Parts: sequence; C-alpha cells; structure tokens
Amino acid sequence: MQQWHLFLAFFRVGMLGYGGGPSSIPLVHKEVVEKYKWMNDDEFADILALGNSLPGPIATKMAGYIGHRVAGITGMLNAVLATIVPTITIMIFLLTFLSTFREKAWVQGMTQAVVPVVGVMLAVLTYDFFRKAQGNLGWILTIALTVASFVFIEIAGVHPGIVIGCLLLYALLKPTRTDKKDSGSRKEPSS
Amino acid sequence: MIYWDIFVAFFIPGIVGYGGGPASIPLVENEVVGRFGWMSVNEFSEMLAMANALPGPIATKMAGYIGFQQGGVVGAFVGVFATVAPSLVLMIVLLSLLNRFKNSPKVKKMTALIRPTIAILLGVMAFQFFASSYEGAGLVQTIFLIVASFVLMEKMNVHPAFVIVGALAYGAVFLG
Repeated sequence: MQQWHLFLAFFRVGMLGYGGGPSSIPLVHKEVVEKYKWMNDDEFADILALGNSLPGPIATKMAGYIGHRVAGITGMLNAVLATIVPTITIMIFLLTFLSTFREKAWVQGMTQAVVPVVGVMLAVLTYDFFRKAQGNLGWILTIALTVASFVFIEIAGVHPGIVIGCLLLYALLKPTRTDKKDSGSRKEPSS
Repeated sequence: MIYWDIFVAFFIPGIVGYGGGPASIPLVENEVVGRFGWMSVNEFSEMLAMANALPGPIATKMAGYIGFQQGGVVGAFVGVFATVAPSLVLMIVLLSLLNRFKNSPKVKKMTALIRPTIAILLGVMAFQFFASSYEGAGLVQTIFLIVASFVLMEKMNVHPAFVIVGALAYGAVFLG
C-alpha cells in the first residue's frame, strides 16, 4: 500500500510538473507533506536545501530520497521511476512519430517554427541566470565571470564541465570570514 | 562503445549541472551536439521544444529520448541512469554530512559562482537557435516568431506548452 501511494504521489508530480524539475517542487510538497504526511514542513525544507546544494536534476533527487526514507530501496526505485518513465515514454513516441514524417513539408514547417520559440525560452532563462548572479555576486564579479566563461568555453574551447568544476573547487577552498557566524545561526536538523 | 558514450554524455551534465534540470540543458547540448555529433542544432531544438511542451523533469526526458535514439531501450536506461544515479546516491549518502553545511556560505556561493557560466552557455545556445532559424525560415518569419512567443510567454503569461503547440500549428500551415 505504501508503495502504491509512493507511485501515485510521484506519478502525479511527473505528469503535472510543467517546466522542468524546479517547477515540480511545490507539487512534491503538496503530495509528501500535505496529502500523505510522510514528513513535516521543516524536514521538507531541509531536504530541499540539501537537494539544491547537490548537482543533478532536483526532481529525481527528491523522489529518490523521499522514496528511500518512506520504503527503502524499493521505495526509492518506485518513486524515481514513477516521476520519469511516463513522460519519457510519451516523448519517445511523439518524436519517433514526427521523425517518421520528416520528409513532409508540414513537418519541416513545424520544426522551423519551433526553433525561434525555444530560442526565446533560452534567452529568458539566460536573463534569469544573469539577474540572480548579479543579485548574489554583484556586477563586477558577475561581469568578470561572464567574460571569463565566454573566453574559456567559446573561444579557447575548454569543456564547460572543467570550467564549472574549477569554480566549485574555488568556492569550496576559498576561506570565508563569515563561515563561523553563519553556521552558528542555522537550525539543527530535527531528525 | 555506444553505451559507454551515452553514459559519459549524461554523467557529466548530471554531476556538474547545479541548479536543477534547466541548468543542465546547455551541458547536454555540449555533449550531444558538440562532442558526439548525435544531433544537429536543429534536431536538438526540436527535441527541446517537445521536452518543454511535455510535463515532468527536463533532464531525464532528454536523457531518455537521446539514449533511446542512440541505443534503443538499453540506451534510454543508460542515459537516465547516468543522469539520475550519481546525484541521487550523493544525496542519500552525504545527507548527514551536508545537513551540517547546508546554510554555510560556501555551499551557497557554489551555486552563485557558476550562474554566469551557465548563463553564457544558455545565451550562446539561444543565439545558435536564432541563427539556425534565420537560415531556415528567413528573417521576417524568425523575428515574427521571436516577438510573438516572447509577448505570449513573458507578457501575457501563456503557458509555454500552448505557445509551442501554437508554433507547431503555425509552422505546419505557413512554413510547410
């Protein structure tokens, strides 16, 4: 029964979460905290904070961890699969269907019309990332990092993973004066 | 060894993609279009449009589809596994350790520091998409579609799925 509830909860999250992982966070909260009461608000906030501080897609990290906590390894697999399998299946069917008719003029027209729309979505996402970076780091550091990333990745051809890896290492190793003060004010996990 | 290639192509975006699925889009593009040459920019954008129009996490939809295209059902499984497993294992194993550091300025700074890099990657991709649309559909249609989709999505808050369906219909009728 627990497994069935896990499946239902994350199936709904996967099918209703438009716009990628981050937009599904409130849906996960609704299922996990409000509907099935597997954890309280504080625990959910802890998990979300942790999930955000680790790399990789957020939706599957949450599904996997919550599934694991509720019902062990089987629960973990169940929750992750319920989140991703239905939409991957639809995606494969639709795209395979489209590529079967690739030669047809109307399918080519569809492909052409959708390219600029995705371009706009990416441009908006670009702007979002810049704005958040500027809010966090200030103008000078944001511009410096932007120019440096552009030069390294687009002109020198360095793999983006290496550039990102170096930045993460720098953030980890650089001593920060506020470390002590900030870590004293945080709340201990309730579990 | 195609399964190994698929694993590498999705393991890297999964492990360096801070900030959830959308942050990993340009990293996936870098592997799939740039490094392994499995798709053209146009095919990638077509797939991204479809992935954006469908519900569910974006990173696993891309991994599942591209994996399937390159290596069948096993390929799809390998792609999804490489995307999901490393970060999930980290999450479960490091939970107690990271609990202690989750509000530390270092961890917060990590996410903040890579934002400009991700922004550059996304911006360059947007530019590639516009350029490829200019070559395919011409300047007038490209500008019309850019302005129309921007106004609909950002000013009128129409859901992206509807805008994409609208663009598909427009393309089938007027660009076919």
